[in-house]
Amino acid sequence: MSKRFTIAYWAGFGIVLALLTVAPLVLPEFWRRFLTEILIWGLLAMSSDILIGYTGMVSFGHSAFFGLGMYGAAAALLMVQPPNLWLAIAYGLVGAAGVALFVAYFSTRLRDIYFAITTLIFSQIFYVIIFTWTEVTGGENGLTFRRPALAIPGLFSVPFTSETLHWFVLGVVTASYLVLRRITQSPFGMVLQSIRENEARTRAIGYSVERYKIVAVMLSGLFAGLAGVLYAIQNRFAAPDFVYFLVSGEAVIFNVMGGIGTLVGPIAGAGFFLLLREFFGRIFGDQFPYLIPVGIIFIIMIIFMPQGLLGFARRWLNR
Amino acid sequence: MDAILAFLQAVPYDQILIQTVNGIVTGMILALVASGLTLIFGIMDVVNFAHGELFMLGAYIGVVVLATSGNFWVALILSTLTVALIGAALQVTTLRPLIGRDPLTTILATFGISLVLQNYALWAFGPVARKIQEPFTGYFTLFYLEYPWYRLLIAGLSAAIIGGFWLFLKYGTYGIWIRATTQDRVMAQAMGIPVPWVHTFVFAIGAGMAAASGVLFGPLVGVNHAMGLDWVLKAFIVVVVGGMGNLGGSIAASIFISLLEAYASIWVSPAQAVIVSFVVLILTLLFRPTGLFVPTPK
Repeated sequence: MSKRFTIAYWAGFGIVLALLTVAPLVLPEFWRRFLTEILIWGLLAMSSDILIGYTGMVSFGHSAFFGLGMYGAAAALLMVQPPNLWLAIAYGLVGAAGVALFVAYFSTRLRDIYFAITTLIFSQIFYVIIFTWTEVTGGENGLTFRRPALAIPGLFSVPFTSETLHWFVLGVVTASYLVLRRITQSPFGMVLQSIRENEARTRAIGYSVERYKIVAVMLSGLFAGLAGVLYAIQNRFAAPDFVYFLVSGEAVIFNVMGGIGTLVGPIAGAGFFLLLREFFGRIFGDQFPYLIPVGIIFIIMIIFMPQGLLGFARRWLNR
Repeated sequence: MDAILAFLQAVPYDQILIQTVNGIVTGMILALVASGLTLIFGIMDVVNFAHGELFMLGAYIGVVVLATSGNFWVALILSTLTVALIGAALQVTTLRPLIGRDPLTTILATFGISLVLQNYALWAFGPVARKIQEPFTGYFTLFYLEYPWYRLLIAGLSAAIIGGFWLFLKYGTYGIWIRATTQDRVMAQAMGIPVPWVHTFVFAIGAGMAAASGVLFGPLVGVNHAMGLDWVLKAFIVVVVGGMGNLGGSIAASIFISLLEAYASIWVSPAQAVIVSFVVLILTLLFRPTGLFVPTPK
């Protein structure tokens, strides 16, 4: 029984991966870019799923990690010549990890709603700092930089095209998915899920709940930072808008729409959200406030479909 | 000794006094916003993410009514009533189906509401800030400043609304229903109190208070679609620092935080002064997570 599920799961995984790999070859430029963007936002949403879906803590502060990833990448690309892809990733991850440690240390003392509010306020702190510290961060205008080449030192170095960028992002997101999936199935991940189900009992058994939560927030922040780095590389800029609370809110929306606690659900949710945005933009024009209908759909989904799009497959996906 | 004297002379006393007045004025408005938030939280465990948007919506309705009627007081009352009705409708349609679910779903639902309201305001009124004309433009001299009487009036009015509300909670029949529901929902229901409608009513009151503060605050700065977030964040900080669900604590915390921010803005820009209240929040969470203005839990 279990073996058949395993085979079906990996077959499904392989099919989706193959489709995503072939996609840039057949899609026109606009949709290719669109797909890459879905993957990046999906990675951000997936990282916050570790907290929302597996540990039971709703974070409204993921924009801080995402934004610091972006600015970290920007720092590496602007200060080190010639721009180096791996250095950008390293800087971005260090930036996000630093912020995540700070946020995790304070916010994990609180639970439920208080945690959500505290993470939100922390992300606003970083937003204010980045927005007002014009000499370093470029303030409101942000920073622009050149895209680094896709290179492995000593082997090859080619400039990114939109296809190779897509494959690179796909590779990073797939690897992150597999790592996160492995983590959620590990004993550590089991402890996180038991915190979600019953925190008091987990503590009573003898697990240091606070320490597990800190690690969970840091892990989540690290992957959110990775998403930020990818976004910076794709768009060649870092702007304070991406540290703003709205990005965190969108990450939560992706999760709820796609189905929390599934890891792939958030990616599907990101795709669904971006498609809705595109759909409303095409029908009613660019100026149309797409967040009005999307917000209403979001509320309706919370009330009538709390499991999200992929919630029905939750048990199966976590096998 | 000389150093101390020099320091004492360098302190800008006049500015500090002006900022004290400013801080108390904003603090009273913040108290009005935060008491609605803390009331809603206290009674139904709902953190109303859309509270700032109700504040913003109140200010916009004030702008519209003022433009048609020309009377500030009509605008204030109509806006309060309209937003209270909108709040009741929102509670019935989105929050009532969520009763009994994880409290976190309500934060998501109210977040959805805030997105819709904020984008509606942007769509309907455009990105340019609107201005509400103050009802009267008298000034008195405070050192070198011409200080508007209107600001003191706001503080007084906010205090009056909060005071009236407190009396209502303490002595009114429905106020007693509200307090009973806060203490024990099931028992209140058993005693024949229509708990679901008490929830709706409280949400409406909270929404109305937010709207009233929006109209009152409108003349001080412009009214724009993004103003809600600042206020809801500040109100969250106040509610946590003051102790969740504790009305007196929220009022004390509002004034405390507004004063600190006002003093900080003597030396740094107002945008950076916000960080002071964030720091207060962090320190509170570290050393006294139950809130600064509540008795020590035993």
